[in-house]
Amino acid sequence: MISLDDLDRSIVELLIRKQNLTPSEISRDLNVSQSKVWRRIKNLKELGVLRGRRVLINSELLGFGVTVFLGVKLATKGRVSLADFERAVTSIPEVQLVQHVLGLYDYRLRVVARDISDFERVLRRRIMTLPGVGNVEANVLLSEERRFGPIS
Amino acid sequence: MHKITNNEINMHKLTDIEKRLIRNIMEDPDAGTGKLAERVGMSTTACWRKIEKFQELGIIQGFIADVNWKKLGYELEVSLRITLDKTQKDAFEAFLSGARKIREVNEIQTFLGRVDVRLNILARDLDHYQSIYRNEILNLPYIAEVEALMIISDVKRSNVLPI
Repeated sequence: MISLDDLDRSIVELLIRKQNLTPSEISRDLNVSQSKVWRRIKNLKELGVLRGRRVLINSELLGFGVTVFLGVKLATKGRVSLADFERAVTSIPEVQLVQHVLGLYDYRLRVVARDISDFERVLRRRIMTLPGVGNVEANVLLSEERRFGPIS
Repeated sequence: MHKITNNEINMHKLTDIEKRLIRNIMEDPDAGTGKLAERVGMSTTACWRKIEKFQELGIIQGFIADVNWKKLGYELEVSLRITLDKTQKDAFEAFLSGARKIREVNEIQTFLGRVDVRLNILARDLDHYQSIYRNEILNLPYIAEVEALMIISDVKRSNVLPI
């Protein structure tokens, strides 16, 4: 684990809590020089604590009204089939998230679609035809909240 | 703030160059305005104005830092899939307001399907996870069933929409 000092932690915390922050705003909030903030952010990036930024998009406004999470169980396992499945599933443009999980399912997918019939098309033509795919469970997303996570 | 309906955006209809710009932003959110402008073939000022407009329309809700929790000592990520006792009429509200108070919860989603709610939990290790699970999660009201998926790895994680 990387040891961070109080200033590093405060910077990470601010970046998690507030959107669209610039280094000058951080330096004002924490009352330290802007160049110091720059150096710390650069260091946090080099350490891999900060992976750059993410954009939050309203998918609905771009015509993607449906988000579905799928739990996928593979019918056949083994190293080759995992690699085949992963290669095929990650190339589907409607699939935004692929997580390898341990538990009731082998993979967890986030799929976006224009509407329910578009989702049916993706499910039938793309997902159900994936190599090795077995049981699939679908849950339609109704709402989503981001929390800050374990920061002080 | 004025809430923008889908119809207003549809009426507005994005042009090809606007779509290309949004796609570029989704694919590379770290790119500066200058770089984006060059990629889609518009001036930096025009590009900057478009991005402002996307934010006003609510298409871009904002930019947030992508934090690697593992590097901060949170080695474990567990997805808890919860079914609630829906015979209780305030089940969702009571459960969700309790879940919001747990600091290790970094995502809350509600669903239509077999699962009602999903909580994403960040824990330092198995002992830490066990204490969150026993002392905090199981104390939440109206839980009928809990199922845990431990996340081994993110094979793909993107925000890109196929526009």
